[in-house]
Amino acid sequence: MPEATRRIVIEPLTRVEGHGKVSILLDDNNRVAQARLHIVEFRGFERFIQGRPFWELPVLVQRLCGICPVSHHLCAAKAIDGIIGVDQLTPTGEKMRRLMHYGQIFQSHALHFFHLASPDLLFGFDAPVEKRNVIGVIAEHPDLAVQGVMMRKFGQEIIKATAGKKVHGTGAIPGGINKNLSIAERDELLAEVDQMMEWSLKAVEIARQYTLTNLATVSEFGAFDSNHLSLVRADGAMDLYDGKLRAIAADGSQIIDQVAPLDYLDEIAEEVRSWSYMKFPFLKKLGPETGWFRVGPLARVNACDFIDTPKAEAARREFFEVTDGVPSNLTMAYHWSRMIELLHSVEVIGDLLHDGDLQGDDLVAPPGERRGEYVAMLEAPRGTLTHHYRVDENDQVTMANLIVSTTCNNEAMNRAVAKIAEDEISGAPEITEGLLNNIEVGVRAYDPCLSCATHALGQMPLEVKLIDAEGNTVDRRTRP
Amino acid sequence: MSDRRIAFTIDGRKIEARAGQTVLEAAEEAGVYVPRLCWMKGLTPAGACRVCTVRVNGRPQSACTQPAAPGMIVENDTEELRELRRDVIDMLFVEGNHFCMFCEKSGACELQALAYRFGIAAPKYPFMFPRRELDASHPDIFIDRNRCILCGRCVRASQELDGKHVFDFVGRGRDKRIAVDAEAGLGDTDCAATDRAIDACPTGSLLRKRVGFAVPVGRREFDRQPIGSDIERPAAAE
Ligand code: FES
Ligand code: NI
Repeated sequence: MPEATRRIVIEPLTRVEGHGKVSILLDDNNRVAQARLHIVEFRGFERFIQGRPFWELPVLVQRLCGICPVSHHLCAAKAIDGIIGVDQLTPTGEKMRRLMHYGQIFQSHALHFFHLASPDLLFGFDAPVEKRNVIGVIAEHPDLAVQGVMMRKFGQEIIKATAGKKVHGTGAIPGGINKNLSIAERDELLAEVDQMMEWSLKAVEIARQYTLTNLATVSEFGAFDSNHLSLVRADGAMDLYDGKLRAIAADGSQIIDQVAPLDYLDEIAEEVRSWSYMKFPFLKKLGPETGWFRVGPLARVNACDFIDTPKAEAARREFFEVTDGVPSNLTMAYHWSRMIELLHSVEVIGDLLHDGDLQGDDLVAPPGERRGEYVAMLEAPRGTLTHHYRVDENDQVTMANLIVSTTCNNEAMNRAVAKIAEDEISGAPEITEGLLNNIEVGVRAYDPCLSCATHALGQMPLEVKLIDAEGNTVDRRTRP
Repeated sequence: MSDRRIAFTIDGRKIEARAGQTVLEAAEEAGVYVPRLCWMKGLTPAGACRVCTVRVNGRPQSACTQPAAPGMIVENDTEELRELRRDVIDMLFVEGNHFCMFCEKSGACELQALAYRFGIAAPKYPFMFPRRELDASHPDIFIDRNRCILCGRCVRASQELDGKHVFDFVGRGRDKRIAVDAEAGLGDTDCAATDRAIDACPTGSLLRKRVGFAVPVGRREFDRQPIGSDIERPAAAE
């Protein structure tokens, strides 16, 4: 740290999924030099996996994250399919897993939007914290609060019907799935689909209206150009469960396309920085300086050529009307794109539920030729998730590398915080309520796991310290 | 029924045993569940785990080794004994590394099922987190010693049911562990995937490979009913 740099330390952001704090480094003129979002991941997990029998992985790795266990469950299962030489699941196996995945996306996006993000959008970021939370939403928009609960519940019921339990199920097994969907389970879910569709359409409209009404603000707020990375289907369609990697630049030009997960090491590397446990993934083609990218709903809506369900595709087109067809690089556009995916998910769920394959009995594909190593990817609610394993001839895991979505957005979140702090501080080294608010809103747009864990009441516990060059705390603000 | 019935009581309930039966066996036949762990039907009782502890005429005894005798007064389902059993089960949990949340035996594990039956939500003793070895050298079977409770059922089953001698105990006290009959590990023994010894394991310590979670949650043995409830019957009206 340069001699004259001051640090504003905000801590801790979270208690459960890892501890985080934000340091904002100021230069001599009290301008923002850099922002560092520290997220302490659950280290040692990859080592813990070593030696375990491979078929345990889908259930074991769910423990990595209390927020998106289903994504880890399915990603590990896909990797293990590869290890045992299964390249094609049975229709029932494949569709049950897809249903589970889209159920997870649906419940995660609904939770985030209605309970975590909607206070920011409905009341504005500068609304008092006492109001800007889910309690405030319940008071002023009870219908929305109820919808959020019901939509989350719908997603969880799908997870239960496919994975066996709402949390930490065992549904995906090597080569397939351990249960099909009974007619009774199907009918119960089908009865809800129309309502979910209606509410999802409304949610897209809320996000769209918010963006259009506040276009001047959101065009600046935490906005910066970036690359975008996502899986897409062979025909360029959005596919959240499977596909190959595509990366595009801020202007939409392609950097890589149709890169198989197995070849990810050729295209993506992770940079280690001394101040962070969390690595910084980047595209090798561009290098660590400019090769970092965003992942998640915004990146996916930007990267795909189209969405193969009609309502979400119409919503995607409306999204691109605002940007004149080029990718959006606005942090706050995550909310709108997330709701487009919410809508897409319920359309996919509806289609799947009408598919008789879900009642099939051929659950598991027979193993093929064994591989010692495999890499699987999927698009988790928060972005591209990578599981890479090596398994020895005794069936024991010898190596695991997991690149989680939040890690992929590491640089992007730092940039967003830097931009927000720069705009807010503008030469005055003071910790304002506005600074706290805006950092919170900016980070939340990316829906990192650290925020989900603490946001039940719509606010982050924050402690802000202003530390001078000698290390003295000259200012301090806390928010419980 | 044989003429020479042995009459005794368990918790005041009249039980009739045949000659040679243990308290546990006679109780089971009469519809009374005595919790057990190292005992298994068809194997010589070992009296190792003490989960089956009852009071016989006031004295603590393991029901799995105690022969039934006329006029015995046996206490089984008392608060005191439930507490003792709870403690024993509790200690079995903290002595090993029992991570039910990702154990493939979860829902079909007798140790876990006993914990549920006894209402143990979290052990009261501190976890010891011992370092235990896996043996995955066999192509079809593996041993995860993290989950071994040293009940010896595999040892006895291998000898008595499979006619082999694949497993045995080595070490003493805290270092006691299950060993196999080959230096290079299970893969070098004559253990086969069809051995009854593998089914004898009450926990997820001795397992067939690549079975994992094929049976969904909710459809596993103890998901349907608590352990022991297949034995329990109300006393016949007299
Ligand atoms: S069952 Fe009797 S001592 Fe273990
Ligand atoms: Ni997560």
